[in-house]
Amino acid sequence: MPHSVRVIPRLDIKGPNLVKGIHLEGLRVLGKPWNFAYKYYLEGADELIYIDAVASLYGRNGLLEIVKKTAEKIFIPLTVGGGVRTLDDIKALLRAGADKVAINTEAVKNPELITLAAKAFGSQCIVASIQSKLIDGKYFVFTDNARESTELDVLTWAKRLVDLGAGELLITSIDQEGTGKGYDLDIISKICEEIPIPVIACGGCGKPEHVSALVKGAAIDAVCASSIFHYKYFSEIAENDNYEAEGNIEFLKSNRGSLEFMKSRLTGMAIKEVKDVLTSSGIPCRTS
Amino acid sequence: MNTKKAVIVDYGMGNIFSIQMAVNAIGGAAEVSSVPTTIAGADRIILPGVGAFQKAMDELQKMKLIDTIRAFVGTGRPVIGICLGMQLLFSESYEFGEHKGLNLIEGKVLRFHKSEADQYHKIPQIGWNDIKMPSGNVMNLWANTVLDGIVPGSFFYFVHSFYCKPDNQDNVLAETSYGRDTFCSVARKDNVWGCQFHPERSAEKGLLIYKNFFDL
Repeated sequence: MPHSVRVIPRLDIKGPNLVKGIHLEGLRVLGKPWNFAYKYYLEGADELIYIDAVASLYGRNGLLEIVKKTAEKIFIPLTVGGGVRTLDDIKALLRAGADKVAINTEAVKNPELITLAAKAFGSQCIVASIQSKLIDGKYFVFTDNARESTELDVLTWAKRLVDLGAGELLITSIDQEGTGKGYDLDIISKICEEIPIPVIACGGCGKPEHVSALVKGAAIDAVCASSIFHYKYFSEIAENDNYEAEGNIEFLKSNRGSLEFMKSRLTGMAIKEVKDVLTSSGIPCRTS
Repeated sequence: MNTKKAVIVDYGMGNIFSIQMAVNAIGGAAEVSSVPTTIAGADRIILPGVGAFQKAMDELQKMKLIDTIRAFVGTGRPVIGICLGMQLLFSESYEFGEHKGLNLIEGKVLRFHKSEADQYHKIPQIGWNDIKMPSGNVMNLWANTVLDGIVPGSFFYFVHSFYCKPDNQDNVLAETSYGRDTFCSVARKDNVWGCQFHPERSAEKGLLIYKNFFDL
């Protein structure tokens, strides 16, 4: 058993808004990321991950501004990714209050960035991010928020990222993402067996039992979930939130779209409820 | 509102912004500075740090801050080192060789022992772990310290491969276990304090440590 499994809400961000899709596509607007983040902080999240779906770091409503606004009120570790291309990007995010930076696409294009970043900022703040998709029985690495395919084998690439100097690995299963059908235990357990750095699993969590099954089946250090938390708190937070005139929010407003649909497939869960299930299945996590 | 003025020592390494936000959150004020006279004039100083021990000592040396910090400690005003900042307070570190530290608390900085048998025992330790009273604990050991009001068994957020081992067990204020190592997670020698974990990343209990530090 790990010392204490980290439970990490993942917030996908587009422009100024928190969004959620299925298989990382068809993004719907849920509200302001920091309102959700603050709620998760108060409810006992161990860490937070922000991923910018459209990779816009700078400018008004850019990711940097959102990170800064978050870091003013939230005192747990924050990992930020999406569009990180240079050492200056990393420095800007760390200065804005991020503790770690997640790198996916640019690591594939320019693997040396991982090494340079680990040397400049310490490997503890460099999270290598892999998006994995199963095609004909083989796991392939995808980039650009699941839009671009590569020839890279997921397990081989994961090992390479460790050699390059990554401090943690975030593995997202595109096939499972947003489905609520459970984590991709097959590839995650293989990665955990081979890799000496902490692994954060992401994609597919629909109920707390998925988390306990994952922790029992793989030597995992941290688990990410998004839909189950977002849908738990959505109605409460949305009332106090002003939407920007951006994104596909008609779905939510009209009540005919994703929210009800997703609710029929997912059980919205509070972070504490997830941790209670973990604790009662003998899995240690921070409760005090 | 706490009127005491803290300075966060800026030597180019560390999560300064989040420490400053944490101090703001408890109603304190902290200026970020690398100017020796500003640091010398503070009511208390916070020594942050993320990265390599030797590089941090080199930076402090380059900025002529080593004597500034030592002189500050001599005035009796409180100093707290966070994470690598705690390790810098010790006599020497064995991180990639042997390096001299500030020697404000006698002791060494050592690497975690590997445990091949335990696949969950990864180095660095990244995550939440709990702090306990040191063995042979004294009742009320934490009263009127930075840990005032913290219950043993509380969790804090750690990111490190090395840990501090004070020569004098009396300098151990709290202990934490990781793998087969039990190490000093909070150290104290007179007005010098050190936290191996990141209070500014440890939610409400972490903020309480900053509040206690301002209330000393």
